[in-house]
Amino acid sequence: MISNWVIILISVGYLTLLFMLAYFGEYRAKKGKSLLKNPYIYALSLAVYCTAWTYYGSVGNAAESGLNFLATYIGPTLLAPIWWFIFKKIIRISKVYRITTIADLISTRYGKSVSLGSLVAIFCVLGIIPYISIQLKAISSSFQMVSNSNLVSDANASISNHIFNDYTLYITIGLAFFTILFGTRNIDATVKQEGMVTAIAFESILKLVAFLVIGFFITFVVFDGFSDIFSRVNDDPQLSRLTTLDSIGGYSEWFWLNMLSMMAFMFLPRQFHVSIKENTSEKHLDKAIWLFPLYLLVINIFVIPIAFAGKIMFAGETNVLSDTFVLAIPIFLSQDFLAIFVYLGGFAAGTSMVIVSTIALSIMISNNLIFPYVVSNKQFIRYFKGNFSRFLLNIRRASILLVLLLSYGYYSFISFRFSIVSIGLISFVAVAQFAPAVIGGIFWKEGNKSGAISGLIAGFTIWFLLLVLPTIDQAGFISFFIQNDKLFNFIPLADGQAFGLPMNKIPAALFWSLLINSSLYVFISLRYMQSSKERNQAEVFVDIFKYSKEFESTMVWKGTAYVQDIEELLIHFVGDKKTKEILREYEVKYNQKLKKEDRADSKLVNSVERILAGLIGSSSARLLISTTLKEEEISTKEVLDILKETQQIVVVNKQLKEKSQALEEVTRQLFSSNEKLRQMDHTKDEFISTITHEMRTPITSIRAFSEILHDNSDISLEDKQQFLNTIIKETERMDRLISQVLDLEKFNTGKQEFHLEYLQINDLILEAVRSVQTLVEQGRIQLTTQLAPQIGFINANKDRLIQVLLNLISNAIKFCDPMAGKIEISSKQVSENIVVEVNDNGKGIVKEIQQSIFDVFYQAPDQTRKKPKGSGLGLSICKKIIEYHQGEIWVESDGKQGSKFIFTLPTSTNESILENENYLNEENINS
Amino acid sequence: MKKILIVDDEPNILLSIEFLMKKEGYRIFIARNGKEAIDIVKKEMPDALILDIMMPEVDGFEVCEFIKTNEETAHIKIIFLTAKAKESDIQKGLSAGADLYLKKPFSTKELVKKVKGIFN
Repeated sequence: MISNWVIILISVGYLTLLFMLAYFGEYRAKKGKSLLKNPYIYALSLAVYCTAWTYYGSVGNAAESGLNFLATYIGPTLLAPIWWFIFKKIIRISKVYRITTIADLISTRYGKSVSLGSLVAIFCVLGIIPYISIQLKAISSSFQMVSNSNLVSDANASISNHIFNDYTLYITIGLAFFTILFGTRNIDATVKQEGMVTAIAFESILKLVAFLVIGFFITFVVFDGFSDIFSRVNDDPQLSRLTTLDSIGGYSEWFWLNMLSMMAFMFLPRQFHVSIKENTSEKHLDKAIWLFPLYLLVINIFVIPIAFAGKIMFAGETNVLSDTFVLAIPIFLSQDFLAIFVYLGGFAAGTSMVIVSTIALSIMISNNLIFPYVVSNKQFIRYFKGNFSRFLLNIRRASILLVLLLSYGYYSFISFRFSIVSIGLISFVAVAQFAPAVIGGIFWKEGNKSGAISGLIAGFTIWFLLLVLPTIDQAGFISFFIQNDKLFNFIPLADGQAFGLPMNKIPAALFWSLLINSSLYVFISLRYMQSSKERNQAEVFVDIFKYSKEFESTMVWKGTAYVQDIEELLIHFVGDKKTKEILREYEVKYNQKLKKEDRADSKLVNSVERILAGLIGSSSARLLISTTLKEEEISTKEVLDILKETQQIVVVNKQLKEKSQALEEVTRQLFSSNEKLRQMDHTKDEFISTITHEMRTPITSIRAFSEILHDNSDISLEDKQQFLNTIIKETERMDRLISQVLDLEKFNTGKQEFHLEYLQINDLILEAVRSVQTLVEQGRIQLTTQLAPQIGFINANKDRLIQVLLNLISNAIKFCDPMAGKIEISSKQVSENIVVEVNDNGKGIVKEIQQSIFDVFYQAPDQTRKKPKGSGLGLSICKKIIEYHQGEIWVESDGKQGSKFIFTLPTSTNESILENENYLNEENINS
Repeated sequence: MKKILIVDDEPNILLSIEFLMKKEGYRIFIARNGKEAIDIVKKEMPDALILDIMMPEVDGFEVCEFIKTNEETAHIKIIFLTAKAKESDIQKGLSAGADLYLKKPFSTKELVKKVKGIFN
């Protein structure tokens, strides 16, 4: 037994947590890290589709009629692929028009008609209030069950003798309070309700987890897995009928139920709210397309096992309603903790639906039912000058309270008598009536206002007569309408032959209402003309993807208005500060200076109308503009001409954009090749500057010594010898430098051709070592070789490889330890390659320059600081030679002790190919 | 007897200048890089430097700057003798406080004359 107060505390605590989450969501959004940019949050928020009906009702439905409950979830899943066509279009339309509700969408499409908007809003309120009331019912009966540990939710207990004991009323008021906190934080209805969506996404996770936990518990802890439950059901002939799909209407009924849930998923106000209004990116649909159906699949896994388990456990007790099995089972098993968790899951499912639906309805009530009749009143506007936002929010708050109290009323008098599912489906049929007007509106230009109004009125009348009236009557109000199970004594009502169709009531009513609704829509649309305003919207709606970028030019407007009028109008609604911001934004966007005395053009009027539409709904905004500004009538032909022009502008703009992109690309390429040329030029400059510097050094010595010898006849013989010797050495150095430069030039221009022959690297190493032997013997250097005896042949130019070896060895001699120099040359075979290493025990080469020492005249970052002397062109020529032989050369050193120069050459195995190549090379040289 | 420090990393160039200066009766010190040059300057306080620019580790500009910013050594005359012939290098040398900037390859007679001139 859990105390009432514990449950109340938990419920209030949960709502507080939800509010904190919402606050967190808004905090993130303010910091620019909006959670709504996350496609997973979007997909989860769509799961507001799963209400207490899913949570409690699916099990009830499955327990009574088997697999039929699945239609509600298969519908939206089948629909998923066509979200792309329908949702993407509606999202785009709603974004450019700043549309926030389904009523606004329909009224905008048909010329921003106030009457149509009001009609849709009224139908939504009538259709959805029963649906909200069943959420209240579910929350309140689950509350009573948990707090009393009572298996039987006593329906009649809700109409308490004393209003203070009426928990449902408290819950309703509490929810109204929270919804007002969530939903009326911003005057502009188009501003994303970050906090609310975050909370809804969280609730979607909670209800899924709770349902899976109880399902798992029942299936695997209470029973012995799926097969255990199913075999018990199969053994019972009473229950086994539930496992087949044999409802009265058969497959055609299934079809209509699927259609019904498809349309509900699109047109339910709360679905429109999360999927269209709160959408931040059309791309989010890509993820939602598979994530949302997956969610539906997962949440339905345990529905049948729980339903069967309930049937088995409560076989004898007829007063345990199947709608309450999910909760009744843990209570029956005295699992208090689990029961509370399940209650919270159901609470989440119920509250998420109530919050979103109520907000959506409150926007419709204020924007489509109240403002159109208020804003056209000039007295009123003057009265609220600048204070309008408070008025607007108060109206929304009052609407929220009104919707919830109406739902409570409906609950108290009617819905407690019916199962959750039956009432939910009645709401579904109501919103399905929007299908012809919306689908026709976005795909068919001829659909018009008269058609939409007549279709909707007909559809709703049929809905009311066939579905609502009988429930009211069953509740004991009007026995006049129904006699002998027949409406007006001639329309049969009984399931299986409802309304003359071999189906149950719901699909039959859907069939008739939609048939008449859409026939009237099409027939009247074709029969009567559209007004020019309607034609304008029809063109833009159907071809939205062509127009969305040039939106402000697509609304054709003619009249006389001054910028000052527009400014005053805006100030009334959004205040001075915001008005300035809006006008400045406009000036920037269109690069146009606005002066008070200027005539306002249609672009300005349209963008202001669009801003107002976000606040008070598009029909109210239209009405406001038309009553404040002087407008002229426009012919349909004019509208079409201007739209055609806009389309051409769009096409031309697109072409211009493509052309300028192509130009940009060319410029970019030019720039990059220019940059490359500049780089090459710079390298060349540097090369020349360095080479001349290098050449000046020997020339300086030669000149100095020549002059000394020339000017000093008394010079000693010994000095004379030394100076002349230096002159000769420096001349040789000069010569070497020149041939190296020429070599390098040849490599760079690719003119170098060598005669290749079949060689043993060891022979070349020994030859190189022999020629430096004299140098080594003079100093204190120890030169050793470590040559692999078995080594492959290479196909190479002998002189060039010896040049490389000599260069590396003489570098090693220069840089090895001056006191006890050690040089080791080794060769080895590593797979297909010959590897030669020249090691010395000098100071080594630091990591930073190990690559660049192979560059031509590598220059350290500091231009005046020389790198270790001697390395000028030698290593870069070595690199070119090795690369010519398809090998690699590099240096390894820790920068402290010794360096190791390594080069590799590919071995050649086939002599005949080699000879052939030699031949070809010689050919090339000759030619 | 004036003391001259010759700084260059090319042994042959050192040899030729040493010969020329000895003949004029100067006392000669030799350094093969900037670091060595600074050590000798501190120890021997020469009257003038004939200084190359491109050297490993410490370059000629740095040597010049060290001498000219140090009160005790600021009086020492500095002659750059370098293959760096760009106008910007000359400017840089002179602004570092050098007294003369001569280019390689040089005329021996001119070098001798300029060195003499600097002490008058």
